[in-house]
Amino acid sequence: MKKNIKLVLFIPIIIGATGCSSLGVEPWERDLLAKDEMSLNASPVDAALDDHIYFSKEASSGGKGFGGGGCGCN
Amino acid sequence: MKNKTEKINIKVALTLATAALLGTSNLAQANTASTANAEDNSWEFDSAFLFYSEVDRVSAGEAIFNAKKTFANDEILNLKLTVDALTGASANGAVAQPTVQTFTRPSGKGEYTIAAGDTPLDDTFHDMRVQLNGQWTQPIAPNYTASGGLHISKEYDYLSLGVNGNLAFDFDRKNSTFSVGFSYFQDTFTPEGGLPKAFSSMPKVSDSVGDFAETRIDSEDTKTTTDILLGFTQVINRRMIMQFNYSYSIVDGYLTDPFKVISKVDSGTGLTQDNIYEHRPDSRVKQSVYAQSLYHFDSSVLDVSYRYMWDDWEIDSHTIDTRFRIPLGDAFGTESYLQPHFRIYQQSAAEFYQPFLIDGDTLPTYASADYRIGEMTTYTVGLKYGLLVNNGHDLSFRLEYYRQAPTDAGFDAPGVLNEVDLYPTIDAIIAQVTYSF
Repeated sequence: MKKNIKLVLFIPIIIGATGCSSLGVEPWERDLLAKDEMSLNASPVDAALDDHIYFSKEASSGGKGFGGGGCGCN
Repeated sequence: MKNKTEKINIKVALTLATAALLGTSNLAQANTASTANAEDNSWEFDSAFLFYSEVDRVSAGEAIFNAKKTFANDEILNLKLTVDALTGASANGAVAQPTVQTFTRPSGKGEYTIAAGDTPLDDTFHDMRVQLNGQWTQPIAPNYTASGGLHISKEYDYLSLGVNGNLAFDFDRKNSTFSVGFSYFQDTFTPEGGLPKAFSSMPKVSDSVGDFAETRIDSEDTKTTTDILLGFTQVINRRMIMQFNYSYSIVDGYLTDPFKVISKVDSGTGLTQDNIYEHRPDSRVKQSVYAQSLYHFDSSVLDVSYRYMWDDWEIDSHTIDTRFRIPLGDAFGTESYLQPHFRIYQQSAAEFYQPFLIDGDTLPTYASADYRIGEMTTYTVGLKYGLLVNNGHDLSFRLEYYRQAPTDAGFDAPGVLNEVDLYPTIDAIIAQVTYSF
């Protein structure tokens, strides 16, 4: 029984690991990913200005980064 | 060629100035800035100016100057100065009426008059804010990167101090990254005229100093914000990368808006009987999940993100933000791109949001008529045009249209309130110029 539980727990890990192994690239395949526009925060200045606008006009903030404090605009 | 030299000199001069400010003046380092080979070891600067303007309401200008230095051992220092100025009118929370309305300014000195049928807007606000951020990032062990930062922001009636820390762990050939971050802000609010008593009637200008003081509880209060952010980034393949975040945020302290009132109206006629100051809970717990994906087509790049946020004020919101970067090649004699932007945001109302109160009803524990915590949908449509100028410096222009469309969450409006706009839409223009060098 204990062995079965272990097996049940182990199966998703194996599936996960084999699933993940098909993800990702080798270091020499990073030509596109290395471009500035493929960065997750490609325009930090735009993002900072947008965050300030939406923080002061809407009830949500953060998510992508920290959403806290900083101005008396809300 | 002459032009090129001049541009480099600006950068060298700024590098020297920044180094001098930091007390680490180093001529040799500044000189290397002018040699392309040492570009990685020099400063990079971003400057931007943004203009935001709502029709008949707030206008704001914001300037950012960001300096980033990457050291030889992958340590990164980032310094940012933000200055913004705001002027114009914002909704004070009261409902429109078929008659002229008069409101007292937050200071208690002076009043403003609103025409019949118009949404009451308080035009008292003029403010200027200066913000400084410093962030240090460095590898601390193979595959581990740590970062720490400081924040200070000051405006006429508001001071905000913040610290943050982040630790990231790369694995699977740096295709995957786990990160954990923490930030803490301490804000102090000293509003003009002090903090009004919850649900007290807006004083009249003719009231004595003593009567005005009766409606006040204190001159300042504080608010703390603690954020925890967990992130996971995964490279999917040569063209695609994804990020998933979970954030937990606790805000404690004074969360009421001292300038906002809520109208008490007659249950039959809908006519305003009184305007009383709003009152919000003194804590809020927010959570959000965020997913972002970037996909590189043959030449263009699609950036899509989605955020779901929920909190214990019973607000939940959905945000979809997308950008599509289309390179134009050398069509205009230089490398350039166009980037359309579309964002849609939808939120539900806070449980204590009320566009008005009925006169004579028992007061709730909390109530606010601030449309920003009411039911609302907003849309942003924009276009950015960027081009490479001398020496590979980036120049870009962004123009966007932002619409806030508050909606009725099912409140029965009595009498004259059916004849006025309780949920006016707000249209705004966002214009920005950015220069990176």
